[in-house]
Amino acid sequence: MQATYKEPDELGYYGEFGGAYIPEMLYRNVEELRSNYLDIINSASFQEECRFLLKDYAGRETPLYYAARLSQKYHTNIYLKREDLCHTGAHKVNNTIGQILVAERLGKKRIIAETGAGQHGVATATVCALKGLQCIVYMGEKDIERQAPNVARMRMLGATVIPATSGSRTLKDATNEAIRDWINHPENTFYIIGSVVGPHPYPDMVARFQSVISKEIRTQLKEKTGSELPKAVIACVGGGSNAAGTFYHFLDEPSVDIIAVEAAGCGVTSGMSAATTQLGKPGILHGSKSFVMQTKDGQVVEPHSISAGLDYPGIGPLHANLFVTGRGKFLSATDKEALSAAFELARLEGIIPALESAHALAALEQVKFDKDDNIVICLSGRGDKDMETYMRELNKK
Amino acid sequence: MSRLSEVFKSGKKILNIYCTAGFPRLDSTLPVMRALQESGADIIELGMPYSDPLADGETIQKSSAVALANGMNMQVLFEQLKNMRQSPSLGGVGEAIPVVLMGYMNPVLQYGFENFCADAANVGVDGLILPDLPQHEFEKTYRAILEKYNLDLIFLVTPETSEERVKKLDSLSSGFLYAVSSSSTTGGEKDFNEVKEYLQRLQSYQLKNPVLVGFGIKDKKTFNDACKYANGAIIGSAYVKIIQQAPSPEVLTKCFIQSILN
Repeated sequence: MQATYKEPDELGYYGEFGGAYIPEMLYRNVEELRSNYLDIINSASFQEECRFLLKDYAGRETPLYYAARLSQKYHTNIYLKREDLCHTGAHKVNNTIGQILVAERLGKKRIIAETGAGQHGVATATVCALKGLQCIVYMGEKDIERQAPNVARMRMLGATVIPATSGSRTLKDATNEAIRDWINHPENTFYIIGSVVGPHPYPDMVARFQSVISKEIRTQLKEKTGSELPKAVIACVGGGSNAAGTFYHFLDEPSVDIIAVEAAGCGVTSGMSAATTQLGKPGILHGSKSFVMQTKDGQVVEPHSISAGLDYPGIGPLHANLFVTGRGKFLSATDKEALSAAFELARLEGIIPALESAHALAALEQVKFDKDDNIVICLSGRGDKDMETYMRELNKK
Repeated sequence: MSRLSEVFKSGKKILNIYCTAGFPRLDSTLPVMRALQESGADIIELGMPYSDPLADGETIQKSSAVALANGMNMQVLFEQLKNMRQSPSLGGVGEAIPVVLMGYMNPVLQYGFENFCADAANVGVDGLILPDLPQHEFEKTYRAILEKYNLDLIFLVTPETSEERVKKLDSLSSGFLYAVSSSSTTGGEKDFNEVKEYLQRLQSYQLKNPVLVGFGIKDKKTFNDACKYANGAIIGSAYVKIIQQAPSPEVLTKCFIQSILN
């Protein structure tokens, strides 16, 4: 068993995964970040400002809600970590607040980001508006068509949204374009990555910013149940930032089951899936070694999920390590199962979850818990952005 | 002595041309290489197409996408290059001209790094450019394999690379050192005065490897400018653009190379 599952080694490796597989053109910027990020985020001024923004701006702490009717249905005790109540509607803002403060302290004036469904783009545009910094968001041309309301939000917040027209014109390609932008603007630009992916130190930095989720869970659970430790923590995984945050402070507590739920799309073997640990192989994508969905020739393939936030052919290296070591249990939920879990939560608890979070809820159908167990599920975002999909489903009924 | 060392020994300014394997047609690879050799290119840099080429601008991205759609992969490539070292009259590029493969780590890893090196060396490839191979991974794992197969590994440096790191990467490279002319993806345009200052800085470091300048070199003028402060230069996007529409890339290749050398 390794000493910790939370943090990578000096070169950014979680076991065999991670590292910084970047062209030399990115070296200086990544190295600048790597050699400064820990000092910055451990500094008193950073901690103070971050705490203030998370509380008064983002609305933390978020509630840990005992979902009584859901618990009754599954004969166990289910707590929902309400990241959906964060400003901008999802956990993404925890990370963008952290990174904008790092960017500011490195003297950067121009912020770039990639986005899939637009949640990370909105969270980045939000903190850029807050700090008066220029914001450029790369978004796949296809996603721009699919996620018009979030495109409008980003524009209203003052961001420039640039369509990624290369490759499959979705999140993977938006990430490529953001990285190419960074190569072309080495002087003044900071790249705010939205998940626990990318070259070291990004996976570690983003995991630290999201770890506030599990930090709060421990305190809140102690108040509610007398114990800081639940039986299991459950979160959905695309790149894996809400999962990294939800798992973080439980990773080195062997009594806590870590359950990650990937998007199976139309079914793991359907050819239309995003279940990376089941369909992928170790490889390199966006600067780090992890599980990657790819052809036998090593060309990255396009995944499918009903949820744009899980529609990514890779997974953060922290999660790849949880998978191969067996520390994490990896499940998957299909588009259909996620939709049904979303409707169930809406009807039982009066909460409309994001489609991403609905995948985590779908795990309840797959794992049997005891009636005395305390289970924490991360409700990573709210469903407003998914209403069009939900309406289509309602009209079918 | 390796073909790369040999070609630099003459002291002439080296013209290295990049082309994408399997582009514009699947079976163009060797005919294009032969046309380059016959037209007077000194080194051929053959790109192995990848779905996510981070360091490349639009032109080379597109050529990679076309090559992949044409059915290019490593197996096909090594099959096409099997008789590469035959004389031009038999359809090869002959024994003399160095051939360097350029590509990204993921397809190479899936093929198996050692298998890849063995097959590359076997068909007569001289060196590799793998822009996303980190220096410490090279030192830890891959250097020994490359040495086993006598393959040169060429590192990139940029205007942002510190003196200390340039010297380190030079000491790890063999064949030549690839000086990216400006911080950009391939196919970009930059002000030559800045490039000049950077190349002069590289000259002052007394590097062990010859230096070839790449990115932004596109015609006679930019080639000659670069050659004033380096051992030669690499043309990629400009050449790929020329042959992308061509029914027979061979004819256009001759015109293009002549427009640079004459």
